[in-house]
Amino acid sequence: MSGHVRHFLLRHPGVARLGVVFLILLVWEIAARWVIDPLFISPPSRVFTSLGTVWTTVGVPAALRLTLYELAVAFALAVAIGLVVGLAVGLQPFVRRSLMPIILLLYGLPQITILPLFILSLGIGAASKIAFGVTHGMFPIMLAIAAGVQNLKPILLTSARSMGASRWQILRWVIFPHMIPSFFSGMRLGMTGVLLGVLLAELYVSTAGIGHFTTQFTETFDPTKLFGLIAMLAAMAIALNEIVRRAELRFGRWR
Amino acid sequence: MARRDEHMQSFGTRLVQFGFLVVILALWYLATNRWGINRLLLPNPIAVWHQLVDVLKSGEYLPDLRVTLTELGMAFPLALTSGTLVGYFVSRTGYTIRVFEPLFAGIYSIPIILFLPLYILFFGLGPASKIALGTTISFFPIVLSTIAGFGNVDRMLVTAARSMGASDYQLFRYVLLPAALPVILSGLRMGFTVALLSIIGSETIASLAGLGHHIVQLAEAMELPRMFAYIVFVVGIAVLLNGIVSYLEARGRRRA
Repeated sequence: MSGHVRHFLLRHPGVARLGVVFLILLVWEIAARWVIDPLFISPPSRVFTSLGTVWTTVGVPAALRLTLYELAVAFALAVAIGLVVGLAVGLQPFVRRSLMPIILLLYGLPQITILPLFILSLGIGAASKIAFGVTHGMFPIMLAIAAGVQNLKPILLTSARSMGASRWQILRWVIFPHMIPSFFSGMRLGMTGVLLGVLLAELYVSTAGIGHFTTQFTETFDPTKLFGLIAMLAAMAIALNEIVRRAELRFGRWR
Repeated sequence: MARRDEHMQSFGTRLVQFGFLVVILALWYLATNRWGINRLLLPNPIAVWHQLVDVLKSGEYLPDLRVTLTELGMAFPLALTSGTLVGYFVSRTGYTIRVFEPLFAGIYSIPIILFLPLYILFFGLGPASKIALGTTISFFPIVLSTIAGFGNVDRMLVTAARSMGASDYQLFRYVLLPAALPVILSGLRMGFTVALLSIIGSETIASLAGLGHHIVQLAEAMELPRMFAYIVFVVGIAVLLNGIVSYLEARGRRRA
């Protein structure tokens, strides 16, 4: 019998993984119920059953919706800016040589140090969160797109041109299909950046977004609701990441 | 002729880069001095420069710098030891890799900064919550790169060493470690960078001391020239530390 189980687990690592997750939850449950002060930690069963009460807390659904809105706008802007700058940098050698060092320099700086500036100049509303998300998300997109079109084989361009393709035709039929894989991997990296930027700004200061509620639940020592809210946000982040990852898998391998 | 062209081109790109910085500074200067942008929002570059000199001279950054560096000095070694140890043991068999690697990769894809409110609840506003967050955030790139490093060692090398009678220690020291080290080192560099960022970030969000905290204090007091100077200072520190770590990584790679 035990040989059977062993064999089954060896052939299905995914099941063993679920077992590990279950074990962790079990230890957490036991620790939270009988060992640790309930002011600080809440057992997973209680967190799960109270997800409903978190959802019905006044303002929480609106806060989650606001955060999702900030994420969506920031992501769209980051993709648009990243696409334009990335194409310019990737296709024009002169622009690349002059702008690339500046982009790499800016990308390497710790942007978190200027978060208070964003808040001072754009206020504590959605605008500052969106702007901070954009500045986190656009650089990886720029770099991925620039790298993608840069790898374009010159012979493709030459042959297209010798067959009499116009600029637009080259862009549409040679460059555009070629940059699709790097575009989607850039989108995935950009989504990670946008999530980080928006959530950092939300946690720093917020009047109606999720940052407001995390602060409130922390200050009132309400770990059950705090865990629940963070679980919802984590689920949102996972869903968004998964969407762009799926898109990358779907469109990334066209050749 | 071609060389001269190249020379001209590199001169041209340098000119554009230099010009970019000059234009930014000029616009900044004009915006504050001529166009009457509110000084409360955008301080004068010359005032910022004076403040920066003053910050560096007065040494008032020392207590905050010490707090931040202590937090980093706790968090990164913790992440380093736990990450490499866990990674090494997970990478021992292909089966454990298949069980644990997706687990770590999955958690890594969540923005871990979300746990900050929890850590503040557990560990308070002091350095402990920053150390815990820094450790958690830098653990994941380190563990994943350790698994990737040890997991992708060519089986052929291991078999060859074994058949020549290498002991476990010899196998580890002369085959596994040199093969895995470049990947692990780049994971460590990434871990260091994110540890530094998350520590400054969590100090910015909620804390009692540290470099990030000081920037927030200056922002709240609306002392913008000094705040700009402090931002320049902190960015300088971060660039310096990351530069040292990149240098060490490159050296370690050559040794391996």
